[in-house]
Formats: sequence, structure tokens, C-alpha cells
Amino acid sequence: MNLLAQLEAEQIASLGKDIPDFKAGDTVRVGYKVTEGSRSRVQNYEGVCIARQGGETIAASFTVRKISFGEGVERVFPLYSTNIDNIEVVRRGRVRRAKLYYLRDRRGKSARIAEQTNYKPKK
Amino acid sequence: MRSGVIAKKIGMTRLFMEDGKQIPVTVLQMENLQVVSQRTNETDGYTAVQLGAGVAKAKRQSAAMRGHFAKAKVEPKRKIAEFRVSADNLIEVGEEITANHFLDGQKVDVSGTSIGKGFAGAMKRWNFGGLRATHGVSISHRSHGSTGQCQEPGRVFKGKKMAGHMGAARVTTQNLEVVRTDVDRGLIMIKGAVPGHKGGWVTVKDAVKKKAPEGLPFPAALRSQQAAAQVEDAAVETAAEGGAE
Repeated sequence: MNLLAQLEAEQIASLGKDIPDFKAGDTVRVGYKVTEGSRSRVQNYEGVCIARQGGETIAASFTVRKISFGEGVERVFPLYSTNIDNIEVVRRGRVRRAKLYYLRDRRGKSARIAEQTNYKPKK
Repeated sequence: MRSGVIAKKIGMTRLFMEDGKQIPVTVLQMENLQVVSQRTNETDGYTAVQLGAGVAKAKRQSAAMRGHFAKAKVEPKRKIAEFRVSADNLIEVGEEITANHFLDGQKVDVSGTSIGKGFAGAMKRWNFGGLRATHGVSISHRSHGSTGQCQEPGRVFKGKKMAGHMGAARVTTQNLEVVRTDVDRGLIMIKGAVPGHKGGWVTVKDAVKKKAPEGLPFPAALRSQQAAAQVEDAAVETAAEGGAE
């Protein structure tokens, strides 16, 4: 491992994040810390994860898409962001692609993702 | 004026801070950074320290350099640079400088050799706009256009920005912030980008355009001082333990 990878691994370890096993197609609920003035609270953002980028590196991120008031909204979260309070997997989806950008062109019925019934957690 | 340091650019990464901020940082490493020689008023007419960093093979050195290193009683160095210092900030030959030479939050100037771009056109080199995509422009969409006036002056002025060699020149980026230092591994993390490619050598100095923060180590943060401090700490601890018993 080179020095840079080592530094990143150390930082990931020190952040102590408990990241669940999830991939594109899964429905996730992200608790994001929001500061309003001096008050801080956790805001939930729930939607379909349509892409994961950057693997296990410190720069990793994931994109969550949801339909909000009839309008498609996408948010990109840094995986190891200190602003993320928790990530919760709501539903496992069965998909055949790593990046579900085709969902952007779909509405309603055709934008559904079948549930994965035989999910096995990683050891 | 105190000495700067020589460091090797390792690469860039990011730091997540407690308040949710992400900071892009360049990681610089100081490898066996030692004082190789001194310049003094008596012998040279000015005062400076010559630092060496990195590891070089002794058999690859010229006889002259081998002698130079032998005189200082240091291992052969890969990179050598001189830093002007005031007379009271001269450092003894052979002393090793450590990463806590800089304080967190301090502003520094970083100099290095920028990445070479080869022969570059005026658009890339000087941010020219180029010519239009249509309206009769043919072949010369990325050209620089006119270079001057008419029969008077009848020549192109000196210094006209034109295509030519870009990069691979010495560049200094001023007022970069030191985010973190790691003494054990000799790391300095600097916010933002620094000139040069990965593995390249850069020099880091206190920012000339900012007031130096309080508590900077003078003349430098030295390995020998830290060793001494550790011995003292250990002595104090043992004394305390002895007292407790």
C-alpha cells in the first residue's frame, strides 16, 4: 500500500463510520445533519441509490434519486462525510447494472425496481 | 528570517473535518531533511543554510559531492537547496529538521517546478478566446489572431503573448494553509494544490506576505531538540514515579 492509500485507510478507520452494505438499485434512507442557525438536526433523505463511485476510497460517493412532488431529485453524498449521521437500507433491489442512469428517462411503472429476495449479507 | 524545508510531493487527498467540511489537501513528505552546509558572512558574504533531502546512492555521487557530504557527516542527498536565513537563525550542520517546523493553520509559500505542457497554443497558454467557429473562419479556430498594428510600428512588440513552451518552470504559490503535520512520518498537509507532479521536489517557506504566527520554533524544529525533550520528559516521569513510590 502506498503512503497516500495508507493515509486514507487510516482516516477511514478514524472516522469510525458504520457503512451498511448497499449497491445501486437499493432504496436507502440517509440521515443528513442540517444546521439551521445554531440548531442542528438530522434530515432524512430517502430514495433509490442509482450509482456508487470511488469504491472504498475516502473520495467515494453515492447518488440517491427520488421523486419529490412529481419532480426527479438527485443528491450526491460523499460516503464518508461527517455530515452523514446514518445510512439505512430500506429495500434491496434487483438490477443488472452498476449505474442506473436509465431511470432518469423513466416515469411511474417503468421506473420500478424489482425487490431482491435472496439477498445474502457479506461476511 | 528562518529556514524553509525541502519536501517531496506525494499526492492529493481530502480530509473530513468534525464540522462536516471537506478540505482538499496536498501531502508533502520530508525525507531525512538535514543541514548539509552553512553560508556565513565571513566566508560567503551572506548567511544561509544548505539543506539536503532524500536518499541517493553514494556510488552515484561525483567525487566532489561525496567530499561535500563527507565533510558534513551526512548521507548523500537526492535534492539540495539553499535557504537564506538571518545570522541568528543559522542551524548546525548535520541537524535534522522535522515536520513540526510549521504550525497548523500557518500560511506558507510553496515553490516547485510546474508540470510541463510542451509547446502550447495561445488559448491554453494565455487563455486567449480563439477565433469564431463559423462566419468564414477556416482552419484557424484556435489561433491567436492579430499580433499587432500596421506599417507603423511595423513590428511585433516584445513580450507579445503567443504560442510557445508552457510549464516546466519554477512556480511559487503563495499563502497556502498548513492543515496538519505528522512528525513521525515527516508529513505536511497543505490545503489546495502545489506546483509540480507527484514525486517532485518542492520547497516550503513561511509566507512572505503574512505575519508569522506566534510560537514558531526558532531557528527550526530539530530532531535533536525533540530527542532531548523526550529524555527530559522521561526523566520527569521516572522522578514522579519514584516520588509516588
